[in-house]
Amino acid sequence: MNLTDIAFQLAQNTLVVLAAPLLLGWVNQCRAWMQNRTGPGILQPYRGLLKLLHKNALLAQDASPLFRATPYILFVCMWLAAALVPVLATDLPLAPAVDVIALVGIFALARVFIALAAMDIGTAFGSLGARREMLVAFLAEPAMLMVFFTASLISHSTSLPTIVETFAHKEFVLYPSMAFAGVAFLMVLLAENARIPVDNPTTHLELTMIHEAMILEYSARHLALIEWASSIKLMAYVTIGIALFFPWGIAEAGDWGAVPYAIFLLVLKLTAAGFGLSLLETLSAKLRIFRAPEFLGTAFLLAVLGMLVHFLLEV
Amino acid sequence: MAWLNTLLPIDYTLGIVLYWVTLGLVGLAWQGRPRLLAQLIFPAGALGALALAVVALSALNSSPDVAVLPLGLPDLPFHLRLDSLSAFFLLLLGSAAFGISIYGAGYFRTMEGGTLGLLCLEYHLFIASMTLVLLADDAYLFMVAWEAMALSSYFLVTTDHKVPEIRRAGFLYLLIAHVGAIGILLCFGVMQGGHGDYTFATMRQANLTGFWGSVTFFLALFGFGAKAGLLPLHAWLPEAHPAAPSPVSAMMSGVMLKTAIYGLLRVTFDLLGAQLWWWGGIALVLGLATALYGVLFAAVQSDMKRLLAYSSIENIGIILTGIGLAIIFHAFGKDGVAVLALAATLYHAINHAFFKGLLFLGTGSVLHATGERNLGRLGGLIRRMPWVAVLVLVGTLAIAGLPPFNGFVSEWLLLQAFLLTPALPYPYLNMMIPLGAAAIALAAALAAYAMVKFYGVIFLGQHREEKLAHAHDAGNWERFGLGWMAAGCLVLGLFPVAVILQLDHVTQLLIGHQLGTSAARTGWLWLTPVAPERASYSPIILILIILAGLAFTFIAVRKVYHGRLRRGAPWDCGFPAQTPRMQDTAEGFSQPIRQIFDFFFGITRELPSPFDPQPHYHGETHDRLWNLFYLPIATVTDKLSGLIGKLQHGRISIYLLYSFVTLLALLAFVR
Repeated sequence: MNLTDIAFQLAQNTLVVLAAPLLLGWVNQCRAWMQNRTGPGILQPYRGLLKLLHKNALLAQDASPLFRATPYILFVCMWLAAALVPVLATDLPLAPAVDVIALVGIFALARVFIALAAMDIGTAFGSLGARREMLVAFLAEPAMLMVFFTASLISHSTSLPTIVETFAHKEFVLYPSMAFAGVAFLMVLLAENARIPVDNPTTHLELTMIHEAMILEYSARHLALIEWASSIKLMAYVTIGIALFFPWGIAEAGDWGAVPYAIFLLVLKLTAAGFGLSLLETLSAKLRIFRAPEFLGTAFLLAVLGMLVHFLLEV
Repeated sequence: MAWLNTLLPIDYTLGIVLYWVTLGLVGLAWQGRPRLLAQLIFPAGALGALALAVVALSALNSSPDVAVLPLGLPDLPFHLRLDSLSAFFLLLLGSAAFGISIYGAGYFRTMEGGTLGLLCLEYHLFIASMTLVLLADDAYLFMVAWEAMALSSYFLVTTDHKVPEIRRAGFLYLLIAHVGAIGILLCFGVMQGGHGDYTFATMRQANLTGFWGSVTFFLALFGFGAKAGLLPLHAWLPEAHPAAPSPVSAMMSGVMLKTAIYGLLRVTFDLLGAQLWWWGGIALVLGLATALYGVLFAAVQSDMKRLLAYSSIENIGIILTGIGLAIIFHAFGKDGVAVLALAATLYHAINHAFFKGLLFLGTGSVLHATGERNLGRLGGLIRRMPWVAVLVLVGTLAIAGLPPFNGFVSEWLLLQAFLLTPALPYPYLNMMIPLGAAAIALAAALAAYAMVKFYGVIFLGQHREEKLAHAHDAGNWERFGLGWMAAGCLVLGLFPVAVILQLDHVTQLLIGHQLGTSAARTGWLWLTPVAPERASYSPIILILIILAGLAFTFIAVRKVYHGRLRRGAPWDCGFPAQTPRMQDTAEGFSQPIRQIFDFFFGITRELPSPFDPQPHYHGETHDRLWNLFYLPIATVTDKLSGLIGKLQHGRISIYLLYSFVTLLALLAFVR
């Protein structure tokens, strides 16, 4: 661990955090195009954040300190999560502190805080959202963990950079178990980021909301932080997906020459991923809330199957 | 003071036991002055507990002490031994009991004198007998202390004996405790193997293998499982924990369940040597079933202490899973991984003592302030009881297994043990073990669900009842007790390497292997159970980054924004008539779980008709095992005793005939 590594990690992380709303804007723009709309442009999320940051915060009378602290905690957790993913290179001095199990733990920490904050004001919609969020989480979280387990069983490590190095540089092998894990991960990604078919990010119908119902009482800077955190979360999940399933091109530790190529490939991959996401969202419809557990149960089973396939075929 | 240096840790421990018994008796004598009694005797007891923790910590890395007490029956003295396994559990007992006793000084202050005097005696006898259980080095003292522990805790559970339900709960506890005690007695009986020598030293030499070894293991699993709340012998936990006063629940759930874990470890690893892999397989499956069962029921409870009791069942399941895994690996000679599973088990045991103790104490404060145990009548207490709310939040996050708190570390270690599963000779076993990891992950995620419900419904939202507006925060004694437990959760979560180094003395004793050489290789900051490239975790760095990030974000946002703030009525999508009754109740919050796992629960519902002027909704979730397991046993027992009862006619001639027939039979057989 030296100063160059730390500086590189900081730069990489800052880039990811700043670019996160851009990915969201791109997904929204693609969806608008596919639905024959002009769309607001891919910079729209930034305009939204700026607008929110400049407004006066309005807080419910009985809001406790927990309610006010949560947006900050959420933001920092997502920031940290994004910092742990090897996006451009596997040189991450921070990675040994937090392995993939702890990464899932950090996502869970953020989720528990936002669910608690949703219950804090005591409105009907808040607790409804909290309940549904925990419902989605209790299947999505183990599914995510199982996806990581499959990858770490193959690479004999729970450290994300090591996993990526194994997949990207050691040998070119296609693992059938990772195919199962990939499908499971995609399902978890959709559910955890409140996308169709589990949740609809653009809905205005409170009764169908999950994520939006929890943050109804937030405004201004708090809401801005939450929205930004959500886009970082999407970015983190997409880059985790890239790191696990399409890691080719991510530079090895110390290989600075490969970084420009890695940047180019990353932009390409993110563009494709955003397009794919919007395609999925346009083609599918939102599930009824009680079909969501079936959807996520399938994801969990697929992830576990992936692990079994690993033991059957690959050991 | 030279004689002080010649005293061994075991002598100090016995001194503390004696001290506690004396304190209990003094308390009984002082029942005329309840306030003084509570605030003097309980803190004095807490000091004893602290001393015990210190002695145990120093005994962890010293060689075993033995002592023989000339008490008990003639020719059958009590043997005592303080080795690192005992020392670890004594440390757990002492450190948790310190917080609980201090808390008790505040909690029991308002109690009525006569009851308090008795309670004080029972409480101190309870912790003293648990200490003796952990020190016992022969089956005789072990059983005596074990029974003393069961009886004193029975009287503690039935403190409010005027309430019929509490008497029932106490009876159920006593019954299952004794069924379990029979299992343990038989287990020791098999192990002494007819030599008539009941010391553990002889049992260690016995080297039972094959059939008798398995019988011993399963008797121990049954006996200690009954005390720990293993499926299907868990039924007493959700009854007895809510019935007992909160500090007693904390002590029973946090510490007493661990004496059963101690017993199982002592018999399986120390006395039997954990030889056969399928013992571990069965323990693993039972542990996973218990964990999932416990957490599902925890998620649907609407009584806060019942919820915690079911969550204790879950945690015992996780602990047993770790023991099972350790046995499997040890039996195949893979001690490098077995030690990881065992360390995770021990770590989780001490973690559970702290966070479950903290949560039970927190419910005690809520109960004191509001008189309510039902989640449906609480809410919004974070505004009335900020101290309790913040400290309980630590426990909630810890038990939900979130980094950087202590619950996460032990689950992380356990998952690492699962992931490290080396090539075992049986392919099916290789495949089943990752499925176990999936079950543990599911249980952990469900625990987060249950705990969000627990915390959110009690402390957040609006008061569901008028009277909650007058709830008062806990007093200083209570705050200190809660704070001690919360600090324990933080310290255990942030300094895992230091804890692992202490646990090494125990694993060295049990399976002759240590984790520390690899765990501490990269320094105290990094927890690396096997090798740094394989897995590492550093809670200190994690929390520092989170705190730095929070400070940075806060300052940055304030710089951009100036932090202007206006307070107003909640928006609630413009709905004008918002009342506290519109919040999710405990039942409402767990409705998705009930719906998804419909087949799993026995649910009875009473739905009002749409035209009912006074609609009343009632829903109840039952434990199906009552009907499937307990009732059949009760019926069979009833029938059998009816049959046996037919022998009794009350006529002396018939009894004489019985004796005559018995004599004839004996003559025929013995000759």
